[in-house]
Amino acid sequence: METPVVVEQDVRDVLKIEGLKAYYHTNYFGVQREVRAVDDISLTIRSNEVYGIAGESSSGKTTLVKTFAAAIKPPLRIMGGTMEYTFGDTVIRPYETSKAAVDAIRWKHLSYIMQGSMSVLNPVRRIKKSFEDFAFRHMGLDTVRFWEAVHAHLKHLYLPPEVLVAYPHELSGGMRQRVTIALATVCHPEFIIADEPTTALDVVVQKDVLSTINQIRKELRSSVVFVTHDMSVHANLADRIGIMYAGRIVEEGPTKQIFENPKHPYTAHLVASLPQIGDKQRKPGLEGKPPNLSDPPTGCRFHPRCPLAVDKCRHEAPPLVTVGHDHRSACWRSDEVRPLNTASVARHAGDTGTTQSGAAST
Amino acid sequence: MSAILEVGNVNKEFTMGGIFSRKKVRAVIDASFSILDGEPEVFTIVGESGSGKTTLARMILGLETVSSGTIRVGDVDVTRKQTKKDKLTFMRHIQPVFQNPFEAFNPLKEVDRYLESTARVMAGLEDRQAIEAAMDDALQKVGLSLAEIRGRFSHELSGGQLQRVAIARALIPEPAILVADEPVSMVDASLRMSIVNLLRDLRDQFGVTVLYITHDLATAYYVSDRIMIMQKGKVVEMGPAQIVLENPEHPYTRLLKESVLSVRNIGESEIQPADHRLAEEAERISDAGVLTQREDGRFVRIHTASLEVQQ
Repeated sequence: METPVVVEQDVRDVLKIEGLKAYYHTNYFGVQREVRAVDDISLTIRSNEVYGIAGESSSGKTTLVKTFAAAIKPPLRIMGGTMEYTFGDTVIRPYETSKAAVDAIRWKHLSYIMQGSMSVLNPVRRIKKSFEDFAFRHMGLDTVRFWEAVHAHLKHLYLPPEVLVAYPHELSGGMRQRVTIALATVCHPEFIIADEPTTALDVVVQKDVLSTINQIRKELRSSVVFVTHDMSVHANLADRIGIMYAGRIVEEGPTKQIFENPKHPYTAHLVASLPQIGDKQRKPGLEGKPPNLSDPPTGCRFHPRCPLAVDKCRHEAPPLVTVGHDHRSACWRSDEVRPLNTASVARHAGDTGTTQSGAAST
Repeated sequence: MSAILEVGNVNKEFTMGGIFSRKKVRAVIDASFSILDGEPEVFTIVGESGSGKTTLARMILGLETVSSGTIRVGDVDVTRKQTKKDKLTFMRHIQPVFQNPFEAFNPLKEVDRYLESTARVMAGLEDRQAIEAAMDDALQKVGLSLAEIRGRFSHELSGGQLQRVAIARALIPEPAILVADEPVSMVDASLRMSIVNLLRDLRDQFGVTVLYITHDLATAYYVSDRIMIMQKGKVVEMGPAQIVLENPEHPYTRLLKESVLSVRNIGESEIQPADHRLAEEAERISDAGVLTQREDGRFVRIHTASLEVQQ
């Protein structure tokens, strides 16, 4: 497989969001609750890149990609901000246009790989029926040409054509996840959202699925938004990473920068706590409790768990400011953040494997 | 030294299907290992889903019957039907921690009631003050306190805290062995390492042996003293964790190690599919292989033919 060479002027902004807010509003028995799952997020996603979104559960990352997909339902509501897609010459603002216009871009330009492959595919229908349901009307081909395209696409992803006549339960978890990837990409979309597609899979299968996603992204040159809490997946797949904490993006930058030169204490912790084979050094665990989004801490939302917190952090929320080339961080003391495990990074760079055993046996 | 846990040639078969299409699945095939008394360690069982690691753990906990073989915990034979007294002694020796703490606790029951009933039934305490002291003591071991937990429901605690409470509950009868089945897979990334560190501390400070079941090789390397790799019900490699994982011999262990995503080539997005030739080779060996001891102390399943050549 030939890797396309990226030409600089070819990189366009595909998705642009500014000040996006999406809150869950509930009102049960007179008790009103507001959960600010996506709170004032601005970011840009370019063509031909993998944008990784990292963050723990209930940090709002799934809500964020749901708003990307314009797949929001009450109690989730958009409370402000703009979102704009540019597909070729078409510019569309999904929250300011008609439902039909949004439906027209779905699957053809914008598709979604979901987390639980078992719940995406209808358990009582064969896989080919799912292809028909999802993709047929978006492709605009006649039946014969449609099935030709589907077969060609499956073959391309090294999936046997027999999967089409199988029921979802007859396939293994990894195979099923690859079928959902095939399903999401059969129309060659320009923008693919992948929400934790490998979380429930074993390591060996995970690698196969990730390489399938990588292959597609390189061939279609689409933008992929990849959501997972597993930083080692981001390290291998993402071009840029956005770290979410409590409904906000706290740091955003190129993958290498995020790992080697984090500018937010939370990122520094996430990177440092990754266990690696060949490294038995004690890794720090982060104390404290993930914040409650219906009652977030004042000021910087990370301050109760932050080792660098000062008085200012408790009262004023830091803005997301540029700290380097293509690198933004929301921390008052971002200059003072240092990678926590410089020693182990340096040893990995040596890549000997044997030098570590001495230090590890302590 | 006597063994606190002894697993001898354990097999488990499940029968699937109805009258016409009956199928036997061998979930665990001929597994043997033992854990010695007075030598606390973290013993890790690694395998993919379907490798039989959870079935083995459930059999050790007495939650699943054994098709053949023996499992002894202390003096109690787990595979036989036990008297109530024997069962209690057994449960005092070995305690479980399950995967998903939100499922393990009833959402309508305060979590401290679990601790209380464990103290009453398993540890045999009756005095109110003694029960509270035991609860607080166990919670202190995991970095919490009774004052924080009292009267709380499971939804009021984070996944990491709740998993700590589950571990504290298991520690109340002062067991020799803690069986932790994927204890961190449902816990948030930022809290994961604190749970894994806790397992290490339990071994080092309180002398508890931890039977850690996982599919994550990286944390397995980080905490384990000994490791056992299972593939489709068979033990394929077993030995000191550092030796096995730094220099795996069996093709399946090599496959697992290669599949672990490294953070060395950051941002170069050169992710290749897993090497399935290794998987095929591994299965061929496992089908007709025997477990052989190596000089460095590990056991590895190798092909019978190659064994004859060596001799």
